[in-house]
Amino acid sequence: MTKLIDRLKANFRIKNVTMQRADLIFLTVPEKQAVSLITYLRNQENFSHLVFLTAVDWIEENKFQLNYMLHNHGFNFSLGIRVMINRQKPVMTSIHHLWEHASTYQRELKEMFGIDFPGSPEIDQNFILEGWEDIPPLRRDFDTLKYSERTYFPRTGRKSHDPRKFMKSKIYPEQGEER
Amino acid sequence: MLKNQENQPQKLANAGLPEHEKYLFCDARPRIRHPFKGFWEKFLNWARANSIWMLAYGTGCGAIELRPLMTARYDVFRYGIAPRPTPRQSSVIIIGGYCSVKTLKRIIRSYEQMQNPKFVLALGSCTINGGMYWDSYNTINRIDAYIPVDIYIAGCMPRPEAIIAGFKKLKQLIKSGKAEGANLYAENFDWYKANQKKIIKDWNMPDYNW
Repeated sequence: MTKLIDRLKANFRIKNVTMQRADLIFLTVPEKQAVSLITYLRNQENFSHLVFLTAVDWIEENKFQLNYMLHNHGFNFSLGIRVMINRQKPVMTSIHHLWEHASTYQRELKEMFGIDFPGSPEIDQNFILEGWEDIPPLRRDFDTLKYSERTYFPRTGRKSHDPRKFMKSKIYPEQGEER
Repeated sequence: MLKNQENQPQKLANAGLPEHEKYLFCDARPRIRHPFKGFWEKFLNWARANSIWMLAYGTGCGAIELRPLMTARYDVFRYGIAPRPTPRQSSVIIIGGYCSVKTLKRIIRSYEQMQNPKFVLALGSCTINGGMYWDSYNTINRIDAYIPVDIYIAGCMPRPEAIIAGFKKLKQLIKSGKAEGANLYAENFDWYKANQKKIIKDWNMPDYNW
């Protein structure tokens, strides 16, 4: 697969090539070249399957990382494409014209991270959360515990045990609390 | 025999519905059903306790325990418990575990469509205090703030034996005339509605889905 990487490097600005497994390689590509690289892989290199499209919130670097996972069934080989986009104005070009089901992933990312994909079908409709009014819940600056305490009625008197210690003290009471 | 509430009930606003759909839905409030006197109510309660029809609707992972309940090994049919496909025909709704806001909307619709007398069985620790989803952004912490609950069955998940024990307890409650959840709902209707509307932001259904 080094040949494929060399071929890609001739045409695209590719960084951080990571060999994760024998059949899985990750690489990073600039935002502007991402869609053309994916189109090239799909049409010329026979990566016919979009496995998933997810995002990672790098809040310290003020970036969102999009992960496009493509799969080549001929060589049974997967290629992960990382794209770093701006976190303040997260807009990315849609790839729903390449795979129809990408629009579902994009709807989910719009709802959970607030990443916009202009032109993607039904991008503005509710996907899982109905009538969500707060900031998108999978962003790392969203405090889910505080939101839960504010919104749902927490029952007082909740007590948590470390299951290992608790079961030990139940089953072997003669051994005491420690150990 | 079935008397209305003392003060004449006012109409519900149904503000969530669009104008051209308002005439399709009922705008009456739920009514309190006063029990009959003496032997007749006892007979009715005996009959209700021995023909519990449950709504076959699983809201969470707890619904997986309802399947062994109905099949040969635990066989709840021998206790007069049968699953029904629609809320109109059922008298028990089982909240099967964690309940997200999206599911709660469907639970409220189903619960309100059931006919009196109706009972609620809440499975699992998620319905009691949120369980392992207690700090989740999308899962409610306690179900009894939104609908009245008769029996809680603790556990994660409770086994079918525990659910049968819960059904037995529910039968005792019904026979002693203490399972008055539907009346509780009608009495505190405004409180329940305020709690429900606090978390369901896109309320696009009638206020009471009779």
